[in-house]
Amino acid sequence: MSATDQTLPVLDRKDFASDQEVRWCPGCGDYAILAAMQSFLADTGARPESTVFVSGIGCSSRFPYYMETYGMHTIHGRAPAIATGLAVARPELDVFVVTGDGDALSIGGNHLIHALRRNVNLTILLFNNEIYGLTKGQYSPTSPVGTVAKSTPFGSIDEPLDPASLALGAEASFVGRTIDRDRKHLTETLAAAHAHPGAALVEILQNCPVFNDGAFSQVTDRKRKDDEGLVLVEGEPMLFGAEKDRAIVAAAHGGVEVGEGPDALERALVHDPRQADPTRAFALSRLKRNGGPLPIGVLRQVERPVYEDTLVAQVEQTQAEQGTGDLEALLRSGTTWQVD
Amino acid sequence: MSADTAPRRTVELTSATIRFAGDSGDGMQLTGDRFTTEAAVAGNDLATLPDYPAEIRAPAGTLAGVSSFQLQFAAEDIHTPGDAPDVLVAMNPAALRKHLEALRPTGTLIVDSDAFTKRNVDKAGYDTNPLEDGSLDEYDLHAVALTSLTMTALEPFTDDGRLNRKEAERAKNMFALGLVSWMFSRNLGTTESWLAAKFKDQPDVVEANVVALRAGRNFGDTTESFRYVYEVPPAHLRPGTYRNISGNQAAAWGFVAAAHRAGLTLFYGSYPITPASDVLHELSRLKRFGVRTFQAEDEIAAAGSALGAAFGGALAVTASSGPGIALKGETIGLATMMELPMVILDVQRGGPSTGLPTKTEQSDLHLALHGRNGEAPIPVVAATSPSDAFRAAYEAARLAVENRTPVMLLLDGYLANSSEPWNLPDVDDLEPIEPAQATEANTSEGFLPYLRDPDTLARPWAVPGTPGLAHRLGGLEKDGVGSGNISYDPTNHHEMVALRREKVERIADRLPPIEVEDPGGDAQLLLVGWGSTEGPLRAAVQRLRADGHRVARMHLSHLAPLQRGVDEAVRSYPRVLVAENNLGQLRDVLRARTLVDVRGYCRVTGLPFSGAELVDAATELLEELR
Repeated sequence: MSATDQTLPVLDRKDFASDQEVRWCPGCGDYAILAAMQSFLADTGARPESTVFVSGIGCSSRFPYYMETYGMHTIHGRAPAIATGLAVARPELDVFVVTGDGDALSIGGNHLIHALRRNVNLTILLFNNEIYGLTKGQYSPTSPVGTVAKSTPFGSIDEPLDPASLALGAEASFVGRTIDRDRKHLTETLAAAHAHPGAALVEILQNCPVFNDGAFSQVTDRKRKDDEGLVLVEGEPMLFGAEKDRAIVAAAHGGVEVGEGPDALERALVHDPRQADPTRAFALSRLKRNGGPLPIGVLRQVERPVYEDTLVAQVEQTQAEQGTGDLEALLRSGTTWQVD
Repeated sequence: MSADTAPRRTVELTSATIRFAGDSGDGMQLTGDRFTTEAAVAGNDLATLPDYPAEIRAPAGTLAGVSSFQLQFAAEDIHTPGDAPDVLVAMNPAALRKHLEALRPTGTLIVDSDAFTKRNVDKAGYDTNPLEDGSLDEYDLHAVALTSLTMTALEPFTDDGRLNRKEAERAKNMFALGLVSWMFSRNLGTTESWLAAKFKDQPDVVEANVVALRAGRNFGDTTESFRYVYEVPPAHLRPGTYRNISGNQAAAWGFVAAAHRAGLTLFYGSYPITPASDVLHELSRLKRFGVRTFQAEDEIAAAGSALGAAFGGALAVTASSGPGIALKGETIGLATMMELPMVILDVQRGGPSTGLPTKTEQSDLHLALHGRNGEAPIPVVAATSPSDAFRAAYEAARLAVENRTPVMLLLDGYLANSSEPWNLPDVDDLEPIEPAQATEANTSEGFLPYLRDPDTLARPWAVPGTPGLAHRLGGLEKDGVGSGNISYDPTNHHEMVALRREKVERIADRLPPIEVEDPGGDAQLLLVGWGSTEGPLRAAVQRLRADGHRVARMHLSHLAPLQRGVDEAVRSYPRVLVAENNLGQLRDVLRARTLVDVRGYCRVTGLPFSGAELVDAATELLEELR
């Protein structure tokens, strides 16, 4: 990155907007994410030529067309694999993956988990709207049981995935969750993910006004969010409710639960996303499913070796030990003989 | 066993074919490999045919567990691993039962008599012991107690505990190798130094194997059961430095050479699959060349990672066999749309589905040509022999880089695993590869990623990190003005489809025209092949001409686009016969292009053609002209 290179012109968010007309539906949460991203890149001094957006297929995957950076709009589900190849070939680039709940968790589930466990230096933005938008309204792998949609007129019957739980199980070193409508939190979470060395998964709860409007009202509706959402802040006790009168406390078997009353406030757990053991982060990712609030923020942030750095280091070490390859010598290695 | 006391004679042969067969744990592939190197070092021309079961260790002693290795070595230029072996070494009854049929009448048969226990004889499905029931009388049978002779030779090692009995017994393949090497007047030096290097940390293992090897040789020399010793003098090969090489290794080195010549980083994304995995193994060893290998989570990711690396400016390669290529189809289509350079190596095997993983077949030609949704033409290149895989891999990479297109490279299980002497090319003579990556905008208004070269129609390759050239690529249809922007215009789509085809077709303008081998210029029959069948076809044509037939030969390495002159050649002979290890895929292509009633000789038994069967097929067709 050339962020500190003073000779380069200072860019503003318009410099990151391509000349293409943005074609999401009116009111789509993607607009807010796009605007936040363009401002964020300008503010952090990113260079368009060093930045690449790789996407799969779906509404969210149109994102690269609207960014004045390098970009690839690829194949349904395959963006993490394609981005991995790019990152391995060019570790110095700043690579973002833009994907959705269907793209990342249904057709592309395999690639997502492997990019996470390898810890490829990718910032993965998973726009979760709990519905298939581009194919016009079928339920998705994150839709709650009973979702009535085009393909499930009598309600969906399969158990949804939680992106954060899945990522933690896949050894992700960074897992965050944020909301399209909370510009400040969204930008802060993007910044933390972007600064993280290795794979960073950010689930962005994104409203689809056409097929699944209000899916996340529990954390966007002013009347509900205090009681039904939990904002995670590193080093702070995990409290929620308008009066901050409820706390996340330790439960049996390594889990967490909601505690109420003065006693519970004293037992409130302090949020620590940097714990090496992912058990607590996993328990937090299950909180809503277990009847608690929906946590927003960084669930996990730990450091471990970055895949492509290790790969390149192995190449460089071999070259240091064996010298850079000599093609002539390679062809003549082993048993050869001369015919005159 | 004959107890003839006549003096031993040395017989000079122009060529010989040996097949080693045994249990998959008996080390037959290694034995064959070692004998191959001995023959190569002795200056013979040679061709090999390894054949092994798909199971890693099928039950011992069963027909399913038999592994074999055949080679022909000769004092003249040869093109096939030989039709019927002159010598068969069978380490157990199952190996005998499976391979005896191939042995030529009166051929030499060496068996390990220790392995012919009642149990093993039953397991192989024999009613009676073939060594005792007279059924092998027509052969020159040598029933040698290979196992017990090896154990006796290695007693010093088992007595003092340097080897246990199992380890000692394992050296019986070296005893067999020593015996056969003696029969063909081979020097054991190369194998001894190979053993010393291979087991350099286990001196006891080296010593024991050398003892077994020499014991085998000494056995041949002292027993009087072998009346003849053979000599196959060196072949008159073209001057140069030679080595032995398999198709997979040659392909791997071809990619390394191409990246080196192009000044690009080689990225290889692959998922393990028989028979292509050896290319991944080889390249992962060659990190000193800056090669970045990536073992992906699946075939789709392997192809995807290569495409990502191609966007990043690397020489990107992915590989698989048929089932994996089927999975990569969508990515190859995207690479066709994005017009990014990338090589997809398909080491073909028996299909469909899992098919015959360890057997050879040429049945992915149509998959290579058409196996994508929509109109998605890509160049297809095939290797014609093990060493030719170096050239073919290099050529595929060159076409990909210079034309900004995915290119399919076809090998097959036979080429991949078999080996031949290779006259090493001069590295400086390799054709240059010019990536010519874009460094600045191509119009005064900015960069147009699809503004094409007017001659080649190739688009610029601008890699991330280049200021001012930021652009977006995708799988949606592009407008025709070069911006790469999405267009849903109906007429534009038609034009773009035609343009992408034209781009691939124009590559033929820059390829040399096809060469048809027709020495008399009056051939009645044109024999056509592609890929790995070149050896058998060349051998067949030589025999047909020796028999006075007027035949021409045309062999294709470029399957798409076809070189100029192919259609004309097909139209200009009274009969055309395409021989291929599928049900007529190239034949259908040529028929469709020329409307000529091209005939096919097709066999898919998992084994390469023999010269003899092609002679028969050609002769039959020539009869029609009488």
